[in-house]
Amino acid sequence: MAKRDIPEINAGSMADIAFLLLIFFLVTTTMDTDSGVFRKLPEIQPENTEAPPVKQKNIFEVSINRFDELLVEDEPAKVEDIRQLAIDFIDNGGGTYEGKTCDYCGGEKKESSSDHPGKAIIAVQTAQTTSYGMYISVQNELLAAYTELRNRYAKKYLTGKYQGLSYTDLLNIQKADKENADVKAALTQIKKAYPEILSDAEPIK
Amino acid sequence: MSKFGKKKKDVPAVNTAALPDIVFMLLFFFMVATTMRETTLQIKPPKLPSATEVKKLEHKSLVSTIYVGKSKNASAGKGDKIQLNDKISGVNDVTNFIYSERDKHDAEEQKAMVTSIKADVKTNVGTVSDIKHELRTINALKISYSSGTGDVSNNFK
Repeated sequence: MAKRDIPEINAGSMADIAFLLLIFFLVTTTMDTDSGVFRKLPEIQPENTEAPPVKQKNIFEVSINRFDELLVEDEPAKVEDIRQLAIDFIDNGGGTYEGKTCDYCGGEKKESSSDHPGKAIIAVQTAQTTSYGMYISVQNELLAAYTELRNRYAKKYLTGKYQGLSYTDLLNIQKADKENADVKAALTQIKKAYPEILSDAEPIK
Repeated sequence: MSKFGKKKKDVPAVNTAALPDIVFMLLFFFMVATTMRETTLQIKPPKLPSATEVKKLEHKSLVSTIYVGKSKNASAGKGDKIQLNDKISGVNDVTNFIYSERDKHDAEEQKAMVTSIKADVKTNVGTVSDIKHELRTINALKISYSSGTGDVSNNFK
């Protein structure tokens, strides 16, 4: 029998099939990467736990009422002001914590403000109908205050490999290399200097 | 004139042999860069707040998302609605939702699970606070307030 050529497969409709698949994926998938403001909620305390004694001057009160108006330490304020007010409060360093004064603080060391970043508590009080957007804005400003202080501390006091880097830089390094113990140690040091103590009160009904 | 008439030729067909390659390339790009849409929104798509201190959520499978916003159809009533999976639920269902999400992972991964709250800027803080309370009772403490990157002043417009 004569040897015949195998006929070539018609690939003309391949593009159509690929287009079909492409459109299917375009319709059924999303591209948004989820990002957000990270918080860790406090654990529920047993009923009869007594609150630890905290001096009034170590609490920075931020209240948002149901009209989204702000009251910071009993003074009306704007969202843009919160960051600086929080920094002044945390960084005051007027007293001692675990027997030590805050030698890295740059604050005014006022008697009326916080003793030490380790003791400084920021409490946010909202109303039931405060808008979520306002609440997030305030949270964001407070977190930004901590980031700013941590950046400053890292640049000034980190020694060795990471000298001169900021806290944000270190976080970026950690993102790329999760197992790096040196970065972890440096970050722990920074977080110990300026621990994030944010408290959310139950909204007023 | 007839000289010009003779010159008339067919326009050669454009070679489309490379077209499938191009389309496949696009296809693979979308397959890799996107994720499957998991839920159909029963609430109006929430307008997320903007913030500057945002972190990206990694490991999509470890994220459980809770949507909060106004209902799409008017019959469900006014007020903030909570959507879990594909339906609008009450705040008491949050615990069961988290438990079912946890069941999908082993003990080691469960520690890294994050709850992402996608709430509209106009939501009441009270609603979000109720969800947070439910999450605390079952020790789902890692949360992320889903928000876009941008200046906070966008939140009041």
